Amino acid sequence: MPDAKMTTRRLAVHYGGKLALKEVDLDIPAGDVTALIGPSGCGKSTFLRCLNRMNDTVEGARVSGEVTLDGKPVYGPDGIDPVLLRARVGMVFQRPNPFPKSIYDNVAFGPRLHGLAAEGEEMDRVVRSGLERAGLWAEVKDRLHEKGTGISGGQQQRLCIARAIAIEPEVILMDEPCSALDPIATAKIEELIDELRENFTIVIVTHSMQQAARVSQFTAFFHLGQIIEVGATEQVFTAPRNELTQGYITGRFG
Amino acid sequence: MPHIVKSFDAELRRLEEGLARMGGLAETQLAAAIEALENRDSDLAARVMHDDSRVDAGESFINEQTVKVLALRAPVADDLRTVVAALKVSGEIERIADLAANAAKRSLVLNQLPPVAPMRSLIRLGRLALELVKDVLDSYLSHDAERALSLRERDQELDDVYSALFREILTYMMEDPRTITPCSHLMFIAKNLERIGDHATNIAELAYYRVTGKTVAEERTKKDVSSFIGADLS
Repeated sequence: MPDAKMTTRRLAVHYGGKLALKEVDLDIPAGDVTALIGPSGCGKSTFLRCLNRMNDTVEGARVSGEVTLDGKPVYGPDGIDPVLLRARVGMVFQRPNPFPKSIYDNVAFGPRLHGLAAEGEEMDRVVRSGLERAGLWAEVKDRLHEKGTGISGGQQQRLCIARAIAIEPEVILMDEPCSALDPIATAKIEELIDELRENFTIVIVTHSMQQAARVSQFTAFFHLGQIIEVGATEQVFTAPRNELTQGYITGRFG
Repeated sequence: MPHIVKSFDAELRRLEEGLARMGGLAETQLAAAIEALENRDSDLAARVMHDDSRVDAGESFINEQTVKVLALRAPVADDLRTVVAALKVSGEIERIADLAANAAKRSLVLNQLPPVAPMRSLIRLGRLALELVKDVLDSYLSHDAERALSLRERDQELDDVYSALFREILTYMMEDPRTITPCSHLMFIAKNLERIGDHATNIAELAYYRVTGKTVAEERTKKDVSSFIGADLS
């Protein structure tokens, strides 16, 4: 495996009295797409949310164990400041959630928040670059000041990706980013993921086995809050080592 | 464990049953070809030649079924290996049946010529090949990877018998040039039978891959030395 961009060691999460994640060790390789698969409630989204401390906002959630980004702790007294962390580890959600602002302001939101670009020409360049890298520029360049909520679902999701990459994160977390999209919009996002891989480390949670197979280089299979198997995607989908993995990906589970 | 979607299991079963039928047919064809040689039975030989199309039809069925399952079910893991292996195994079985049919065709010529002595060794070679084909197909259909792997060794025996037979046939031809025509046909049939052993070995390797997901790594050392007979390689 290539160098790890992020690592987790004995990462456990309780929601109130319920253990959602049991001591998970995983290395997230830099510059690759890692897919997290597993049945509903297996802990994969919980795991994803630990990587940029999204669980901090969840009532009753308790996180223990270690998470590192470039070897530096994410949690604890020496942890990276959560605001800075979320700038470095961006997130794209299941349902496109553009702000009820213009397309331009959606992409400019992060750079403004973090003071990354001055208004005017510099911000124009940042917005254009974000939209271009998200493959959306050509479609929206003439209506940058229309509402971001007024474009199609697939375009909204690419707008959310543009918004996430505008602040130049190092890692992008995606939580079922295509589950609300049609196959064409899905294909565009998958192509985008493949292009973004050159500059970002990507972790994607998906319920679609075929999507995991298509977009990722590494696949981790979660079951009942644990990682059952992790390996090169090609190996996991042609010759999984674990019976549970095989049962899940072939549709024999339960 | 069965699939949640039962019709998927049914499709995989159809594939497996298609292979079993095809394999059984190829075994019958090979057995009949050997019997036709042994008993100088031209009617039986003609039937073997005619029935080869049934094996071809079996292969077409597997091809269609495989493409269908790949397109509609997008199989992964052991399901994917089962489908891909079925496609390749059906090709191997088709070749085996084809070589058996070719042996039957040559027996028609042999039956019009006086019998030659090396036929006894040829029949022995044929029986070895038939047994190997049977055992290999059994191990494939019963998912027995270890047995499949061990059967590869049996192909070695076949190669040894073939090499010996090659020398034997040469000796007869040198002793009596009138036997050159029948002995040449015998030589080709022997080569067919030796090739059948190779196809059986391929099926054994696919059986191992289908079950374990691993390919048989180490190259088997070839001991069919007939390619060197007549050459001075010292």
